[in-house]
Amino acid sequence: MVPKNKILILFFHPLLHKSRVNRVLINAVNELGGVNCRFMYDLYPDYQIDVREEQELLMQHDIIIWQHPFYWYSAPSLLKEWLDLVLEHGFAFGKEGRALEGKQVMSAISTGGRRDIYGSEEKVKFSVRALLAPFEQTANLCRMHYLPPFVSHGTYLLNEEQIRNTAEEYKRVLKGLRDGNFPMEDLINAEYINDLIS
Amino acid sequence: MDEQSFFLNAIVYLLAAVISVPVAKRLGFGSVLGYLIAGMIIGPFVLGFIGSEGDDVMHFAEFGVVMMLFLIGLELKPNLLWGMRKSIFGLGGLQLLLSALAIGAVAIALGQSIGAGVAIGLTLGLSSTAIVLQTLAEKGLMKQASGKASFSVLLLQDIAVVPILALIPLLGSSSLAPGHNTHHEVQYIGNVAIDGWVQVALMLSVITAIVVGGLYLVKYFFRIIARTGLREVFTAAALLLVISTAALMELVGLSPALGAFLAGVVLANNEYRHEMEADIEPFKGLLLGLFFISVGASMDFSLLGSSPGMILSLLVALIGIKFVILFILGRIFGIRGGQNTMFAFSLAQGGEFAFVLVSFSADNGVLTPETSSILFLVVALSMALTPLLLMLNDKLIMPQVCKTENTREEDAIDEEETPLIIAGFGRFGTVLGRFLIANGMSATILDDNPDNIDVLRKFGFKVYYGDATRADLLASAGADKAKVLIVAVDDREKSMKIIDLAQRNYPHLKILSRAMDMEHTYELMDRGVDGFKRDVFESSLALGIEALTHLGYNKYRAYRLAQTFRIHTSRVDNELYKHHKEDEIKYLFEANKYVLELEELFQAEKEDADHLRDESWDISSRLEEAKEFNRPSQEESR
Repeated sequence: MVPKNKILILFFHPLLHKSRVNRVLINAVNELGGVNCRFMYDLYPDYQIDVREEQELLMQHDIIIWQHPFYWYSAPSLLKEWLDLVLEHGFAFGKEGRALEGKQVMSAISTGGRRDIYGSEEKVKFSVRALLAPFEQTANLCRMHYLPPFVSHGTYLLNEEQIRNTAEEYKRVLKGLRDGNFPMEDLINAEYINDLIS
Repeated sequence: MDEQSFFLNAIVYLLAAVISVPVAKRLGFGSVLGYLIAGMIIGPFVLGFIGSEGDDVMHFAEFGVVMMLFLIGLELKPNLLWGMRKSIFGLGGLQLLLSALAIGAVAIALGQSIGAGVAIGLTLGLSSTAIVLQTLAEKGLMKQASGKASFSVLLLQDIAVVPILALIPLLGSSSLAPGHNTHHEVQYIGNVAIDGWVQVALMLSVITAIVVGGLYLVKYFFRIIARTGLREVFTAAALLLVISTAALMELVGLSPALGAFLAGVVLANNEYRHEMEADIEPFKGLLLGLFFISVGASMDFSLLGSSPGMILSLLVALIGIKFVILFILGRIFGIRGGQNTMFAFSLAQGGEFAFVLVSFSADNGVLTPETSSILFLVVALSMALTPLLLMLNDKLIMPQVCKTENTREEDAIDEEETPLIIAGFGRFGTVLGRFLIANGMSATILDDNPDNIDVLRKFGFKVYYGDATRADLLASAGADKAKVLIVAVDDREKSMKIIDLAQRNYPHLKILSRAMDMEHTYELMDRGVDGFKRDVFESSLALGIEALTHLGYNKYRAYRLAQTFRIHTSRVDNELYKHHKEDEIKYLFEANKYVLELEELFQAEKEDADHLRDESWDISSRLEEAKEFNRPSQEESR
C-alpha cells in the first residue's frame, strides 16, 4: 500500500547512548511503513553535510520532521548547520526556490520542563510555541506548512512506562499524518499535535 | 681447527665487525666498507690476527652470496623477471662482452698471451654481486632505475660464470698446464666421468627439479614443518632448502648462486615466503660480512708496497674502462643522468667470482702465479673502492648532474614565486602535497628519489633532487622567498639537519615538520618549530573511530572521543616533554628508550584520564537535581 504522505524524520541527538526519551521515541517509529528515519549525528559526525543528498531526500518526501532534544530552547547545533547549508537560496527560498513549496514540517522535541511552567511569568517567560518561532518562520519562508509540534514535557520525571506511552502517542501522530487523518482545521488551531490524539 | 682457536678466531672476526661497521656507518661509508676495513686491520699486513686460513673463511663465506641471491629471488616474482629479460641479456650481455674485449685488449697489449688476455678480460668483466647489492640495498636504491639495471647486469654475470668456467681450460697453453686437465670435455661428477651431452641433460633436469619442486612440493614440506610450531626447525628447513639447492647446482656444474636465485623466484608466490626471508636474512648478513672481512684480509699489501705505481694504474684502468663502457651502455638503455653515473660506478669493480676464476685459471696454467696475485690485489682494491666511489657520486656528481638538468625548468618556473617548500615527497609528503597543490598552492618539492622526480616533472612541478640537508639546495629552492617549509622526510636525522639549516639561514620561514617518534617530537619542541604532527597519529585515530563504531558506539560519539583524545595527547606530550627535560639521563640508553617512553606515556595517561571522559550534553546530574527540585511542585500540581 502506498502511504498518502511520505514522512522523513531528521533525528538530531548528539548523545544517543544516554538518551532516555528520544531513543525510545525514535525506536518506536523507526520501522514504521512510510517513515524514513535519518540519524543525523551518525551520518555527519564531522558536520560535513552532503547538501545535494539532503535536498534530494527533502524533495522525495511530503512531511519533514525535525526530532531533537530542546537544548537551550532550541536544537543541537547540527540541526542549525543543516538548516544553514541545506535550505539554500534558490532551492528552498527566494524567487526560484520553490522545491519545498506545500510540504509540511513539524518539530518533535523533548524538554525537562513541565508544560505548565512554559509561558508562566515566574519560571519560563515564553511558551514552547513562542520559542519555536524561528523554526516556524523558517518553514514559512520556504513556503511550507508548519504543523503544531509534538512535545514531550517533563522528561526528567518520566518513568519507563510513561516514556513508552509517549512513544505510543508519537507513533499514533505519525500514522495519522502519514494517512492524512488529521483535519486541516485541527492542525491549524492546535497548540501541540499531542492534543489531537488524547 | 681446535676448539680454542675457533673461539679465538670467532672473537677476532666478530669484534672487528662490531667495532668497524658502526664506525663506518657513523662516517657515512656504509657497512660494506666497514667490513673490508675490519678485514684489512685484522689481516696479515696490519695486526696479523688472521693468516692463510682467511682463504678458507672466504670460500665458506661466499655462501652468503648464495643466500643473498635466494632472498633477491624471493622478492622477484617470475613475471617481473620476465619483464627484465631485455635489460638482463641486452644490457648485461653487452656489458660483459665489451668489458671483456676492452680489458682483454689491454692485457694483451701489456704482454699477456691471447689465452690469458681472454681469461683476464672475462674475469675482470664481472662485478661484485655481494658488494653492489648490499650497498644498493643499504641505500634503498634497489627499486630505482640504477638498482634494477645493476641487478640485471649482475644476474647475467652469474649466468655467464658457467660458460666461462668451461672455457678457461681451453685457453691454457700446454707448456704451462700442470696437465691434469687435458680432457676438457670430460667433467667429473662424484667419481664418475661423464660426457658433455649427459651433463647438459643433467643440468636441465636439475633446473626442472628445482622449478617443479619449488612450485608444487615445497609448500607441503613447509606446511608440515610449520605445523610443528618449532621455529628453529623451520629455520633449519629453510637453510636446508637453500644449501641443498646450491649443492645440487654445483654437482652438475652450474653456479650455486644462480640455483638459489632460481629457487627464490620459484618460491616468490609461496605463502611461507616471508617466514623464509626472516629466517635466512641474518645468516646472509653474517656470512656476507664475513666474506667482506676475508676479502679485506686477503689483500696483499706487500705487493702494493713494492710496485705501487703499477698496481694503482691497473686499478684506475680497470675501473675507468668498466665505468666508461657501463656509462655508454646505460645511456643507450635509457638510464637518466644521475642514475646512470650511479649505475656505472656501482658496477665498475671486479667481483668475488674473479677470485675463483683467477685461481682456476692459474690451476689450468692460463695465468702465471705473479699475474694472479696482481689480479687478486687489483680486484680486492677495486671492491674496497666501490663504496667510496658511490659516496663520491652521491655527494659530488649527483647534485651537479641534477642541477644542470634542472636549470632550464628552474628558470621557467622561477617567475612565479612558490610560497611553499616540501622536503620529502614519499608516503607522507605525497598526501600533504597533493592536498595543498589541489588547493592552488604552488610548491617546490625536494626529494631524493629520482623516479618520483620524473613523474612530478611531467606534471610541471618544480622539483629538485636531493635531501634538502644541503644549504645550496634549500637556496635554489627559493627558501629566501618562501613562506612555509614542510619537512616530510622519513629520517629523523635528516629532518633535524634541514630544520637547523633553515632556522639558521632563513629565520622568516615558518617550519612545519612530520614527527617520527617521541624523541623526534622532543627535538622538534626543542627547536620551537611552528608546527609538527606525529606521522601515523591521525590515521591510527581514524581507524580507532571505525573500531569503536563497529563495537557499537554511535559514530558521533566515537568521533568526539577521538577529538578529545587528540587534545589529551598533545597535553600528555607537553607533560612528558617537561619530564624529559628534567631527567634526560634516563634516555641515555637507546635500547631502553622506547619502553621508557611507553611507560611514561601510560602513566601520564592514567593521571590525565579525567580529560578523556566526555561529559558534554550529559544530563545525569541535572536529572538528580530535577528530581529533588521538582518533587514538591509535582505534588502541588496533583
